[in-house]
Amino acid sequence: MKPYHYEQTRDIPGAVAALAEQPNAKYLAGGTNLVDLMKLEIMTPDVLVDVRRLPSDRIEETEDGGVRIGAAVTNSDLAADRTIRSRYPVLSQALLSGASGQLRNLATTGGNLLQRTRCVYFYDTTTPCNKREPGSGCSAIEGHNKDHAILGASEHCVATHPSDMAVAMTALEAFVNVHGPDGERRIPIEDLHRLPGDEPERDTTLEHGELITAVDLPPLDLAYNSKYRKVRERASYAFALVSVAAALDVEDGVVRDVRLALGGVAHKPWRATKAEEVLRGEPAGEENFRAAAEIELEDARPLRENAFKVPLARNVITRTLLELSEER
Amino acid sequence: MNEEEIMLRVDGEEHRLIVDTRTTLLDALRERLGNTSPKKGCDHGQCGACTVLLDGRRANSCLALAVAHDGAEIVTAEGLAENGDLHPMQRSFIEHDGYQCGYCTPGQIVSAVGMLDEVEAGWPSHVTGDVSAEEISLSDAEIRERMSGNLCRCGAYANIVPAIREAAEEKARR
Repeated sequence: MKPYHYEQTRDIPGAVAALAEQPNAKYLAGGTNLVDLMKLEIMTPDVLVDVRRLPSDRIEETEDGGVRIGAAVTNSDLAADRTIRSRYPVLSQALLSGASGQLRNLATTGGNLLQRTRCVYFYDTTTPCNKREPGSGCSAIEGHNKDHAILGASEHCVATHPSDMAVAMTALEAFVNVHGPDGERRIPIEDLHRLPGDEPERDTTLEHGELITAVDLPPLDLAYNSKYRKVRERASYAFALVSVAAALDVEDGVVRDVRLALGGVAHKPWRATKAEEVLRGEPAGEENFRAAAEIELEDARPLRENAFKVPLARNVITRTLLELSEER
Repeated sequence: MNEEEIMLRVDGEEHRLIVDTRTTLLDALRERLGNTSPKKGCDHGQCGACTVLLDGRRANSCLALAVAHDGAEIVTAEGLAENGDLHPMQRSFIEHDGYQCGYCTPGQIVSAVGMLDEVEAGWPSHVTGDVSAEEISLSDAEIRERMSGNLCRCGAYANIVPAIREAAEEKARR
Protein backbone atom coordinates (compact mmCIF):
# COMPACT_ATOMS: atom_id res chain seq x y z
CA MET A 1 0.00 0.00 0.00
CA LYS A 2 1.24 3.50 -0.83
CA PRO A 3 1.75 5.78 2.18
CA TYR A 4 -0.98 8.32 2.85
CA HIS A 5 -1.95 10.95 5.35
CA TYR A 6 -5.03 10.21 7.46
CA GLU A 7 -7.43 12.91 8.64
CA GLN A 8 -10.55 12.81 10.71
CA THR A 9 -13.04 15.63 10.92
CA ARG A 10 -16.06 16.06 13.14
CA ASP A 11 -18.34 17.97 10.77
CA ILE A 12 -19.37 17.84 7.14
CA PRO A 13 -18.00 21.25 6.03
CA GLY A 14 -14.67 20.35 7.61
CA ALA A 15 -14.53 17.07 5.71
CA VAL A 16 -15.43 18.73 2.40
CA ALA A 17 -12.81 21.46 2.93
CA ALA A 18 -10.14 18.92 3.90
CA LEU A 19 -10.76 16.89 0.76
CA ALA A 20 -11.39 19.65 -1.75
CA GLU A 21 -7.95 21.18 -1.38
CA GLN A 22 -6.17 17.86 -2.06
CA PRO A 23 -6.46 16.67 -5.67
CA ASN A 24 -5.57 13.09 -4.79
CA ALA A 25 -7.60 12.71 -1.60
CA LYS A 26 -10.46 10.27 -0.97
CA TYR A 27 -13.19 9.95 1.61
CA LEU A 28 -12.99 6.84 3.78
CA ALA A 29 -16.11 5.35 5.36
CA GLY A 30 -16.38 1.62 6.17
CA GLY A 31 -13.36 0.90 3.99
CA THR A 32 -14.59 -2.50 2.84
CA ASN A 33 -13.92 -1.68 -0.81
CA LEU A 34 -11.49 1.25 -0.67
CA VAL A 35 -8.99 -0.39 1.71
CA ASP A 36 -8.95 -3.47 -0.49
CA LEU A 37 -8.37 -1.35 -3.62
CA MET A 38 -5.56 0.49 -1.81
CA LYS A 39 -3.90 -2.78 -0.82
CA LEU A 40 -3.90 -3.76 -4.49
CA GLU A 41 -2.71 -0.25 -5.42
CA ILE A 42 -5.62 0.17 -7.82
CA MET A 43 -6.46 3.31 -5.85
CA THR A 44 -3.54 5.26 -4.42
CA PRO A 45 -4.78 8.35 -2.57
CA ASP A 46 -2.28 10.64 -0.80
CA VAL A 47 -4.85 11.63 1.81
CA LEU A 48 -7.78 9.82 3.41
CA VAL A 49 -10.48 11.93 5.02
CA ASP A 50 -12.41 9.69 7.40
CA VAL A 51 -16.14 10.45 7.33
CA ARG A 52 -17.39 7.39 9.19
CA ARG A 53 -17.86 9.23 12.47
CA LEU A 54 -19.61 12.25 11.02
CA PRO A 55 -23.06 12.86 12.51
CA SER A 56 -24.90 11.28 9.58
CA ASP A 57 -25.66 7.93 11.14
CA ARG A 58 -29.41 8.13 11.65
CA ILE A 59 -32.52 6.84 9.86
CA GLU A 60 -35.31 9.39 10.23
CA GLU A 61 -38.82 9.86 8.92
CA THR A 62 -39.11 13.02 6.83
CA GLU A 63 -41.92 15.58 6.80
CA ASP A 64 -43.20 14.37 3.43
CA GLY A 65 -43.71 10.88 4.85
CA GLY A 66 -40.51 9.44 3.41
CA VAL A 67 -37.32 8.32 5.11
CA ARG A 68 -33.89 9.95 5.28
CA ILE A 69 -30.94 7.57 5.60
CA GLY A 70 -27.68 9.09 6.84
CA ALA A 71 -24.67 8.26 4.67
CA ALA A 72 -22.81 6.68 7.60
CA VAL A 73 -25.65 4.27 8.47
CA THR A 74 -24.22 0.78 8.11
CA ASN A 75 -25.70 -1.72 5.67
CA SER A 76 -26.62 -3.91 8.67
CA ASP A 77 -28.51 -1.19 10.50
CA LEU A 78 -30.35 -0.15 7.37
CA ALA A 79 -31.35 -3.73 6.50
CA ALA A 80 -32.57 -4.33 10.08
CA ASP A 81 -34.47 -1.07 10.44
CA ARG A 82 -38.14 -1.75 11.22
CA THR A 83 -39.48 1.06 9.04
CA ILE A 84 -37.42 -0.06 6.04
CA ARG A 85 -38.39 -3.70 6.55
CA SER A 86 -42.11 -2.98 6.56
CA ARG A 87 -42.39 -0.04 4.15
CA TYR A 88 -39.53 -0.70 1.73
CA PRO A 89 -38.87 -4.47 1.98
CA VAL A 90 -37.09 -4.44 -1.41
CA LEU A 91 -34.32 -2.32 0.14
CA SER A 92 -33.87 -4.54 3.15
CA GLN A 93 -33.80 -7.63 0.92
CA ALA A 94 -31.29 -6.07 -1.46
CA LEU A 95 -28.93 -5.21 1.39
CA LEU A 96 -29.24 -8.68 2.90
CA SER A 97 -28.41 -10.30 -0.43
CA GLY A 98 -25.11 -8.43 -0.61
CA ALA A 99 -21.71 -9.21 0.95
CA SER A 100 -21.54 -11.01 4.33
CA GLY A 101 -22.66 -10.26 7.88
CA GLN A 102 -19.20 -9.01 8.86
CA LEU A 103 -18.91 -6.74 5.80
CA ARG A 104 -22.41 -5.30 6.21
CA ASN A 105 -21.48 -4.30 9.77
CA LEU A 106 -18.66 -2.11 8.42
CA ALA A 107 -20.02 -0.96 5.06
CA THR A 108 -22.00 2.29 4.94
CA THR A 109 -24.82 3.65 2.80
CA GLY A 110 -22.63 6.27 1.13
CA GLY A 111 -19.78 3.84 0.59
CA ASN A 112 -22.07 1.20 -0.87
CA LEU A 113 -23.19 3.68 -3.54
CA LEU A 114 -19.60 4.58 -4.39
CA GLN A 115 -18.08 1.10 -4.46
CA ARG A 116 -16.15 0.27 -7.62
CA THR A 117 -16.87 -2.43 -10.17
CA ARG A 118 -15.70 -5.99 -9.50
CA CYS A 119 -14.64 -6.50 -13.16
CA VAL A 120 -11.71 -8.92 -12.96
CA TYR A 121 -9.63 -6.79 -15.32
CA PHE A 122 -10.17 -3.68 -13.21
CA TYR A 123 -8.68 -5.68 -10.33
CA ASP A 124 -5.84 -7.21 -12.37
CA THR A 125 -3.20 -4.47 -12.63
CA THR A 126 -1.22 -6.49 -15.22
CA THR A 127 -3.99 -6.06 -17.83
CA PRO A 128 -5.30 -3.00 -19.70
CA CYS A 129 -8.44 -1.39 -18.24
CA ASN A 130 -9.88 1.96 -19.29
CA LYS A 131 -11.55 2.43 -15.94
CA ARG A 132 -8.34 1.91 -13.97
CA GLU A 133 -5.99 3.47 -16.52
CA PRO A 134 -7.84 5.66 -19.05
CA GLY A 135 -6.82 5.00 -22.64
CA SER A 136 -5.16 1.63 -21.95
CA GLY A 137 -7.99 -0.39 -23.52
CA CYS A 138 -10.68 -2.79 -22.32
CA SER A 139 -9.60 -6.38 -21.69
CA ALA A 140 -13.12 -7.60 -21.00
CA ILE A 141 -14.69 -6.87 -24.39
CA GLU A 142 -12.75 -9.71 -26.02
CA GLY A 143 -11.87 -11.49 -22.78
CA HIS A 144 -13.77 -13.22 -20.01
CA ASN A 145 -17.02 -11.28 -19.90
CA LYS A 146 -19.57 -13.62 -18.37
CA ASP A 147 -20.18 -11.13 -15.53
CA HIS A 148 -20.31 -8.03 -17.71
CA ALA A 149 -22.88 -5.60 -19.03
CA ILE A 150 -25.56 -6.31 -21.61
CA LEU A 151 -27.15 -2.85 -21.54
CA GLY A 152 -25.70 0.64 -21.96
CA ALA A 153 -22.06 -0.41 -22.34
CA SER A 154 -19.57 1.26 -24.67
CA GLU A 155 -16.56 0.21 -26.75
CA HIS A 156 -14.43 1.51 -23.86
CA CYS A 157 -15.97 -0.36 -20.93
CA VAL A 158 -18.41 -3.21 -20.29
CA ALA A 159 -18.15 -3.27 -16.48
CA THR A 160 -21.20 -3.55 -14.24
CA HIS A 161 -22.04 -1.70 -11.04
CA PRO A 162 -21.87 -4.20 -8.17
CA SER A 163 -24.29 -2.71 -5.63
CA ASP A 164 -27.54 -4.44 -4.73
CA MET A 165 -28.66 -1.60 -2.45
CA ALA A 166 -28.44 0.96 -5.26
CA VAL A 167 -30.69 -1.18 -7.49
CA ALA A 168 -33.42 -1.14 -4.85
CA MET A 169 -32.94 2.59 -4.28
CA THR A 170 -33.27 3.16 -8.03
CA ALA A 171 -36.61 1.35 -8.10
CA LEU A 172 -37.66 3.51 -5.13
CA GLU A 173 -36.63 6.75 -6.93
CA ALA A 174 -34.37 7.79 -4.08
CA PHE A 175 -32.55 11.12 -3.91
CA VAL A 176 -28.90 11.42 -2.98
CA ASN A 177 -27.95 14.45 -0.87
CA VAL A 178 -24.50 15.79 -1.52
CA HIS A 179 -22.35 18.47 0.13
CA GLY A 180 -19.58 19.94 -1.98
CA PRO A 181 -17.18 22.87 -2.12
CA ASP A 182 -19.92 24.88 -3.89
CA GLY A 183 -22.72 23.97 -1.51
CA GLU A 184 -25.40 21.31 -1.35
CA ARG A 185 -27.40 19.54 -4.04
CA ARG A 186 -29.94 16.75 -4.26
CA ILE A 187 -29.47 14.25 -7.08
CA PRO A 188 -32.08 11.74 -8.30
CA ILE A 189 -30.26 8.42 -7.82
CA GLU A 190 -30.65 7.66 -11.51
CA ASP A 191 -28.38 10.62 -12.23
CA LEU A 192 -25.72 9.62 -9.68
CA HIS A 193 -24.15 6.72 -11.56
CA ARG A 194 -23.24 7.07 -15.24
CA LEU A 195 -22.97 4.91 -18.28
CA PRO A 196 -19.33 4.43 -19.30
CA GLY A 197 -19.32 6.25 -22.68
CA ASP A 198 -15.78 7.41 -23.40
CA GLU A 199 -15.03 8.21 -19.75
CA PRO A 200 -15.35 4.86 -17.95
CA GLU A 201 -12.96 6.10 -15.25
CA ARG A 202 -15.87 8.19 -13.96
CA ASP A 203 -18.34 5.97 -12.12
CA THR A 204 -20.55 8.82 -10.99
CA THR A 205 -21.47 12.42 -11.75
CA LEU A 206 -19.99 13.64 -8.45
CA GLU A 207 -17.29 16.30 -8.62
CA HIS A 208 -14.09 16.17 -6.60
CA GLY A 209 -14.83 17.07 -2.99
CA GLU A 210 -18.52 16.24 -3.10
CA LEU A 211 -19.59 14.10 -0.16
CA ILE A 212 -22.75 12.02 0.03
CA THR A 213 -24.45 12.92 3.33
CA ALA A 214 -27.82 11.16 3.08
CA VAL A 215 -30.21 9.25 0.85
CA ASP A 216 -33.90 10.19 0.84
CA LEU A 217 -36.58 7.63 0.11
CA PRO A 218 -39.79 9.35 -0.99
CA PRO A 219 -43.07 8.02 0.40
CA LEU A 220 -44.21 5.22 -1.91
CA ASP A 221 -47.22 3.11 -1.08
CA LEU A 222 -46.54 0.46 -3.69
CA ALA A 223 -43.18 -0.22 -2.03
CA TYR A 224 -45.05 -2.16 0.67
CA ASN A 225 -45.46 -4.74 -2.09
CA SER A 226 -41.88 -4.88 -3.29
CA LYS A 227 -39.22 -7.50 -3.70
CA TYR A 228 -35.55 -8.00 -4.57
CA ARG A 229 -34.50 -11.13 -6.39
CA LYS A 230 -30.85 -11.87 -7.06
CA VAL A 231 -29.38 -14.63 -9.20
CA ARG A 232 -25.75 -15.54 -8.56
CA GLU A 233 -23.41 -18.49 -8.96
CA ARG A 234 -23.64 -19.64 -5.36
CA ALA A 235 -26.35 -19.45 -2.72
CA SER A 236 -24.77 -16.61 -0.74
CA TYR A 237 -21.95 -14.09 -0.64
CA ALA A 238 -21.51 -13.44 -4.37
CA PHE A 239 -22.21 -10.59 -6.75
CA ALA A 240 -25.27 -10.69 -8.97
CA LEU A 241 -25.31 -12.15 -12.45
CA VAL A 242 -28.72 -10.52 -12.71
CA SER A 243 -30.88 -8.97 -10.03
CA VAL A 244 -34.30 -7.33 -10.05
CA ALA A 245 -35.85 -4.80 -7.70
CA ALA A 246 -39.58 -4.49 -8.25
CA ALA A 247 -42.61 -2.85 -6.67
CA LEU A 248 -46.10 -3.49 -7.96
CA ASP A 249 -49.59 -2.14 -7.39
CA VAL A 250 -52.35 -4.23 -8.93
CA GLU A 251 -56.04 -3.37 -8.62
CA ASP A 252 -58.82 -5.53 -10.06
CA GLY A 253 -56.25 -7.43 -12.05
CA VAL A 254 -54.82 -4.29 -13.68
CA VAL A 255 -51.34 -2.85 -13.11
CA ARG A 256 -51.90 0.57 -11.54
CA ASP A 257 -48.24 1.29 -11.02
CA VAL A 258 -44.93 -0.54 -11.20
CA ARG A 259 -41.27 0.12 -10.49
CA LEU A 260 -38.54 -2.02 -11.95
CA ALA A 261 -34.75 -1.81 -11.78
CA LEU A 262 -32.06 -4.31 -12.78
CA GLY A 263 -28.64 -5.06 -11.32
CA GLY A 264 -25.68 -6.90 -12.82
CA VAL A 265 -26.54 -5.83 -16.35
CA ALA A 266 -25.06 -2.32 -16.76
CA HIS A 267 -22.52 0.24 -15.59
CA LYS A 268 -25.24 1.63 -13.35
CA PRO A 269 -28.41 0.32 -11.73
CA TRP A 270 -30.73 -0.04 -14.73
CA ARG A 271 -34.18 1.48 -14.35
CA ALA A 272 -36.45 -0.51 -16.67
CA THR A 273 -38.64 2.42 -17.71
CA LYS A 274 -39.70 0.86 -21.03
CA ALA A 275 -41.09 -2.19 -19.28
CA GLU A 276 -42.78 0.00 -16.67
CA GLU A 277 -44.47 2.14 -19.32
CA VAL A 278 -45.97 -0.76 -21.25
CA LEU A 279 -47.25 -2.40 -18.07
CA ARG A 280 -49.15 0.55 -16.57
CA GLY A 281 -52.88 0.11 -17.17
CA GLU A 282 -52.48 -3.39 -18.59
CA PRO A 283 -53.78 -6.63 -17.06
CA ALA A 284 -51.32 -8.20 -14.60
CA GLY A 285 -50.21 -11.64 -15.70
CA GLU A 286 -47.31 -13.77 -16.83
CA GLU A 287 -47.76 -13.04 -20.52
CA ASN A 288 -47.74 -9.26 -20.11
CA PHE A 289 -44.88 -9.36 -17.62
CA ARG A 290 -42.76 -11.39 -20.03
CA ALA A 291 -43.64 -9.15 -22.97
CA ALA A 292 -42.66 -6.06 -20.96
CA ALA A 293 -39.35 -7.64 -19.99
CA GLU A 294 -38.66 -8.47 -23.63
CA ILE A 295 -39.33 -4.89 -24.67
CA GLU A 296 -36.84 -3.65 -22.07
CA LEU A 297 -34.26 -6.17 -23.21
CA GLU A 298 -34.58 -5.39 -26.93
CA ASP A 299 -31.66 -3.01 -26.44
CA ALA A 300 -29.44 -5.71 -24.93
CA ARG A 301 -26.07 -6.21 -26.67
CA PRO A 302 -24.60 -9.31 -25.07
CA LEU A 303 -20.91 -10.19 -25.26
CA ARG A 304 -19.39 -13.57 -26.11
CA GLU A 305 -19.90 -15.13 -22.68
CA ASN A 306 -22.97 -13.40 -21.30
CA ALA A 307 -25.81 -13.93 -23.77
CA PHE A 308 -27.42 -16.04 -21.03
CA LYS A 309 -28.14 -12.83 -19.11
CA VAL A 310 -30.84 -11.80 -21.58
CA PRO A 311 -33.23 -14.73 -21.02
CA LEU A 312 -32.16 -14.82 -17.37
CA ALA A 313 -33.15 -11.18 -16.86
CA ARG A 314 -36.42 -11.76 -18.74
CA ASN A 315 -37.29 -14.74 -16.56
CA VAL A 316 -36.31 -13.06 -13.29
CA ILE A 317 -38.38 -9.98 -14.12
CA THR A 318 -41.38 -12.13 -15.09
CA ARG A 319 -41.16 -14.33 -12.03
CA THR A 320 -40.67 -11.44 -9.60
CA LEU A 321 -43.64 -9.47 -10.95
CA LEU A 322 -45.75 -12.61 -10.96
CA GLU A 323 -44.98 -13.25 -7.30
CA LEU A 324 -45.77 -9.65 -6.40
CA SER A 325 -49.07 -9.80 -8.26
CA GLU A 326 -50.06 -13.05 -6.55
CA GLU A 327 -49.09 -12.00 -3.04
CA ARG A 328 -51.20 -8.90 -3.03
CA MET B 1 5.68 10.68 9.20
CA ASN B 2 2.33 9.05 8.41
CA GLU B 3 1.88 7.70 11.89
CA GLU B 4 -0.80 8.17 14.51
CA GLU B 5 -1.11 7.27 18.16
CA ILE B 6 -4.17 5.18 18.91
CA MET B 7 -5.74 3.30 21.79
CA LEU B 8 -7.35 -0.11 21.39
CA ARG B 9 -9.07 -2.14 24.09
CA VAL B 10 -8.41 -5.74 23.17
CA ASP B 11 -10.00 -8.57 25.14
CA GLY B 12 -10.46 -6.21 28.07
CA GLU B 13 -6.95 -4.81 28.10
CA GLU B 14 -6.07 -1.29 27.04
CA HIS B 15 -3.18 -0.75 24.61
CA ARG B 16 -1.66 2.48 23.38
CA LEU B 17 0.42 2.27 20.25
CA ILE B 18 1.79 4.33 17.41
CA VAL B 19 0.83 2.87 14.04
CA ASP B 20 1.62 3.57 10.40
CA THR B 21 -1.68 4.87 8.98
CA ARG B 22 -1.71 1.87 6.59
CA THR B 23 -1.89 -0.67 9.43
CA THR B 24 -5.07 -2.74 9.46
CA LEU B 25 -6.66 -3.79 12.74
CA LEU B 26 -5.64 -7.34 11.87
CA ASP B 27 -1.96 -6.43 11.54
CA ALA B 28 -2.11 -4.25 14.67
CA LEU B 29 -3.52 -7.18 16.64
CA ARG B 30 -1.19 -9.83 15.27
CA GLU B 31 2.06 -8.00 14.58
CA ARG B 32 1.99 -5.27 17.21
CA LEU B 33 0.02 -6.75 20.10
CA GLY B 34 0.96 -10.40 19.61
CA ASN B 35 -2.65 -11.57 19.52
CA THR B 36 -2.55 -14.23 16.78
CA SER B 37 -6.08 -15.42 17.40
CA PRO B 38 -7.57 -13.54 14.40
CA LYS B 39 -6.02 -15.17 11.33
CA LYS B 40 -4.84 -13.72 8.05
CA GLY B 41 -6.47 -15.80 5.34
CA CYS B 42 -7.17 -13.83 2.18
CA ASP B 43 -6.49 -10.33 3.62
CA HIS B 44 -9.22 -9.03 1.25
CA GLY B 45 -12.41 -9.50 3.26
CA GLN B 46 -13.42 -12.65 1.45
CA CYS B 47 -12.70 -15.47 3.91
CA GLY B 48 -13.67 -14.23 7.38
CA ALA B 49 -10.66 -15.79 9.18
CA CYS B 50 -9.81 -12.35 10.62
CA THR B 51 -13.26 -11.79 12.15
CA VAL B 52 -13.31 -9.96 15.51
CA LEU B 53 -16.03 -8.24 17.49
CA LEU B 54 -15.47 -4.55 16.85
CA ASP B 55 -17.44 -2.42 19.30
CA GLY B 56 -19.71 -5.40 19.81
CA ARG B 57 -20.25 -6.37 16.18
CA ARG B 58 -18.48 -8.92 14.04
CA ALA B 59 -16.24 -7.36 11.42
CA ASN B 60 -13.39 -8.26 9.06
CA SER B 61 -10.33 -6.83 10.81
CA CYS B 62 -8.29 -7.06 7.58
CA LEU B 63 -10.33 -4.28 5.96
CA ALA B 64 -10.56 -2.00 9.01
CA LEU B 65 -7.78 0.54 9.34
CA ALA B 66 -6.43 0.75 12.88
CA VAL B 67 -6.33 4.59 12.82
CA ALA B 68 -10.00 4.70 11.87
CA HIS B 69 -10.90 2.67 14.97
CA ASP B 70 -9.00 4.59 17.62
CA GLY B 71 -10.66 3.88 20.98
CA ALA B 72 -12.40 0.73 19.76
CA GLU B 73 -13.35 -2.21 21.96
CA ILE B 74 -12.19 -5.42 20.29
CA VAL B 75 -12.92 -9.00 21.29
CA THR B 76 -10.99 -11.82 19.64
CA ALA B 77 -11.62 -15.55 19.97
CA GLU B 78 -8.96 -15.56 22.68
CA GLY B 79 -10.95 -13.05 24.73
CA LEU B 80 -14.22 -15.00 24.57
CA ALA B 81 -13.10 -17.33 27.35
CA GLU B 82 -13.74 -15.92 30.80
CA ASN B 83 -11.53 -16.82 33.78
CA GLY B 84 -10.20 -19.83 31.91
CA ASP B 85 -13.66 -21.17 31.09
CA LEU B 86 -14.29 -21.63 27.40
CA HIS B 87 -17.18 -19.71 25.85
CA PRO B 88 -20.18 -21.97 25.11
CA MET B 89 -19.52 -21.49 21.39
CA GLN B 90 -15.93 -22.68 21.82
CA ARG B 91 -17.08 -25.72 23.81
CA SER B 92 -19.67 -26.54 21.19
CA PHE B 93 -17.12 -26.40 18.36
CA ILE B 94 -14.94 -28.87 20.32
CA GLU B 95 -17.85 -31.19 21.12
CA HIS B 96 -19.04 -31.26 17.52
CA ASP B 97 -15.56 -31.42 15.99
CA GLY B 98 -16.38 -28.22 14.05
CA TYR B 99 -12.98 -27.90 12.41
CA GLN B 100 -10.22 -29.83 10.74
CA CYS B 101 -7.02 -27.78 10.33
CA GLY B 102 -8.39 -25.09 12.66
CA TYR B 103 -7.16 -22.07 10.73
CA CYS B 104 -10.60 -20.58 10.10
CA THR B 105 -11.89 -21.61 13.54
CA PRO B 106 -11.25 -18.46 15.63
CA GLY B 107 -12.96 -16.41 12.92
CA GLN B 108 -15.83 -18.90 12.70
CA ILE B 109 -16.35 -18.84 16.47
CA VAL B 110 -16.24 -15.04 16.82
CA SER B 111 -18.51 -14.67 13.81
CA ALA B 112 -20.98 -17.19 15.25
CA VAL B 113 -21.05 -15.33 18.59
CA GLY B 114 -21.70 -12.02 16.80
CA MET B 115 -24.26 -13.69 14.55
CA LEU B 116 -26.31 -15.00 17.49
CA ASP B 117 -26.46 -11.49 18.93
CA GLU B 118 -27.80 -10.28 15.56
CA VAL B 119 -30.48 -12.99 15.66
CA GLU B 120 -31.37 -12.00 19.22
CA ALA B 121 -31.73 -8.39 18.05
CA GLY B 122 -34.24 -9.63 15.46
CA TRP B 123 -32.16 -8.94 12.35
CA PRO B 124 -33.51 -10.73 9.28
CA SER B 125 -31.29 -12.47 6.72
CA HIS B 126 -31.40 -13.21 3.00
CA VAL B 127 -33.24 -16.48 3.68
CA THR B 128 -35.76 -15.03 6.13
CA GLY B 129 -39.08 -15.47 4.35
CA ASP B 130 -40.66 -12.24 5.55
CA VAL B 131 -38.14 -9.51 6.39
CA SER B 132 -40.75 -7.65 8.41
CA ALA B 133 -41.17 -10.62 10.80
CA GLU B 134 -40.69 -9.72 14.47
CA GLU B 135 -38.85 -12.87 15.50
CA ILE B 136 -36.24 -14.96 13.74
CA SER B 137 -36.31 -18.73 13.91
CA LEU B 138 -32.74 -19.99 13.53
CA SER B 139 -33.01 -22.87 11.06
CA ASP B 140 -29.92 -24.54 9.59
CA ALA B 141 -30.55 -22.56 6.41
CA GLU B 142 -30.43 -19.36 8.48
CA ILE B 143 -27.16 -20.45 10.13
CA ARG B 144 -25.58 -21.25 6.76
CA GLU B 145 -26.67 -17.96 5.20
CA ARG B 146 -25.59 -15.87 8.18
CA MET B 147 -22.21 -17.63 8.33
CA SER B 148 -21.51 -17.37 4.59
CA GLY B 149 -18.78 -14.79 5.25
CA ASN B 150 -16.64 -17.46 6.93
CA LEU B 151 -15.06 -19.94 4.55
CA CYS B 152 -13.60 -23.30 5.61
CA ARG B 153 -11.28 -24.85 3.04
CA CYS B 154 -11.37 -28.19 4.89
CA GLY B 155 -15.13 -28.22 4.42
CA ALA B 156 -15.97 -28.76 8.09
CA TYR B 157 -19.33 -27.07 7.58
CA ALA B 158 -21.19 -30.33 8.28
CA ASN B 159 -20.01 -30.06 11.90
CA ILE B 160 -19.83 -26.27 12.16
CA VAL B 161 -23.58 -25.90 11.61
CA PRO B 162 -24.57 -28.35 14.42
CA ALA B 163 -21.98 -26.73 16.72
CA ILE B 164 -23.54 -23.32 16.20
CA ARG B 165 -27.05 -24.75 16.46
CA GLU B 166 -26.31 -26.26 19.86
CA ALA B 167 -24.65 -23.08 21.14
CA ALA B 168 -27.69 -21.14 19.95
CA GLU B 169 -30.02 -23.49 21.81
CA GLU B 170 -27.90 -23.14 24.94
CA LYS B 171 -27.96 -19.34 24.62
CA ALA B 172 -31.76 -19.44 24.26
CA ARG B 173 -32.04 -21.48 27.48
CA ARG B 174 -29.90 -19.04 29.49
